[in-house]
Amino acid sequence: MIPKKDFKETLKKMLRLSATRLPRDIKEKLEEAKGKEENETAKEQLNNILKNLKIAEEKEKPLCQDTGTPIFFIKKPTQKSLNFNLGKTVKEAVEESTEEIPLRPNIVDPLSRKNLETNTGLKHPIIHLIPSKSTLQVETMLKGGGSENWSKLFMLNPTASEEEIVQKITNFLKEAGGQFCPPGIIGIGIGGTADYASFLAKKSLLNPLDKSNDSKNLGELEEKITEKVNDIGSGPMGLGGNTTILGTNVEKAGCHTASLPLGINLQCWAARRSKARMIDDELTIEVPK
Amino acid sequence: MITLEPPLTDKDVEKLEVGDSVKISGRIITARDEAYERILEFIEEGKNLPVDLENGVVYHCGPLVEKREEGWNIVSAGPTTSGRLDEVQADFVKKTGTKVLIGKGGVGKKVVPEISSMNCVYLSFTGGAAALAADSIESIEDVFWKDLGLPEALWVLKVEEFGPLTVSVDKSGRNLYHE
Repeated sequence: MIPKKDFKETLKKMLRLSATRLPRDIKEKLEEAKGKEENETAKEQLNNILKNLKIAEEKEKPLCQDTGTPIFFIKKPTQKSLNFNLGKTVKEAVEESTEEIPLRPNIVDPLSRKNLETNTGLKHPIIHLIPSKSTLQVETMLKGGGSENWSKLFMLNPTASEEEIVQKITNFLKEAGGQFCPPGIIGIGIGGTADYASFLAKKSLLNPLDKSNDSKNLGELEEKITEKVNDIGSGPMGLGGNTTILGTNVEKAGCHTASLPLGINLQCWAARRSKARMIDDELTIEVPK
Repeated sequence: MITLEPPLTDKDVEKLEVGDSVKISGRIITARDEAYERILEFIEEGKNLPVDLENGVVYHCGPLVEKREEGWNIVSAGPTTSGRLDEVQADFVKKTGTKVLIGKGGVGKKVVPEISSMNCVYLSFTGGAAALAADSIESIEDVFWKDLGLPEALWVLKVEEFGPLTVSVDKSGRNLYHE
């Protein structure tokens, strides 16, 4: 069983790593995009992004000033319990990280707009607890506000075709233009319920871009969406170019026969995620490396 | 690469064309949602602003800062989405005399002719490139309105070769985001 202190320290290390560097798959996609762009402005944007990543990594400072909303996805074995309060420990990790890294205090009261200063309180940090048969696994996301504002839920007619779904997504990306800090990732949740489609869209953003979808059909759909959206030509930061998105991730769930929910969650290029897994009784950080 | 050194003249702004790469050396001031609202309130009520924006450069940014023994330090300072300010942008430029706006995502279609007719241009900085931006900040000259929250405060910054920025709305009213 993992002691509370080790669990908290690992979480803090994960937040620090993910605030200051990107996972390898994202970096590789950005490098690849730079090689493919011919438009001078697009090249300059990608150059700035890659230069920025180098500075942030070398100086160990947050790569974007918007250190996002810290979100946790925790897979917990159903048979084993922890001997500490999970919610409280995650909260402490966020509070200490906010001060030490530092993270920008982003979380405010939704109505009074008063800043809570700690990134915690009023139901924060957000923790998605997923029952699991396997070992304990923690994934984090620092989700920027600019890209999160470009989220959408469509409750489509259940007879809507795949073409119509792709069209909805493409139109939404046209509208978003440069506002979600492209080149980014499109997260899609198809099916479930209104809330679950949105959740899947968000959760899909944790899937690495260098690993293909377990489902062949969904993999093909992902490629179709990526191609269509990049054909729009809005490019890095919406200033023109071939790379508006680095990839698309789709997850699906069964849904009511009367419904077809479609959740969209856009991710900026600063796709800050981390992952740790219990290996030989130790919570080991696997992403970012 | 063109270098701008504020305070700026109409001539400095007129020569900029959509697609040009620009760097800035000198003073820039951060302002976003809450600061915009208060600046317009102050002007409405005839109160003096804590810092002169006339012929200046306004950066849409909510920096990540830390308090050190010797004072505030800017850790990361990339641009924020300018579109959120569309409704008040033209009024802001008109009343403050700002010559250059820096942000990400561009301004709304309606805002483009409004600001360009007032000799104000819009420069895009790469969204999220916050460590790169912080690298060119030489010092913090001042900070006002911390009560709005640190990201929403007015940070008066001295920068050296801040950029590269891309001219995306120029004096002639061209708009790179819609071309």
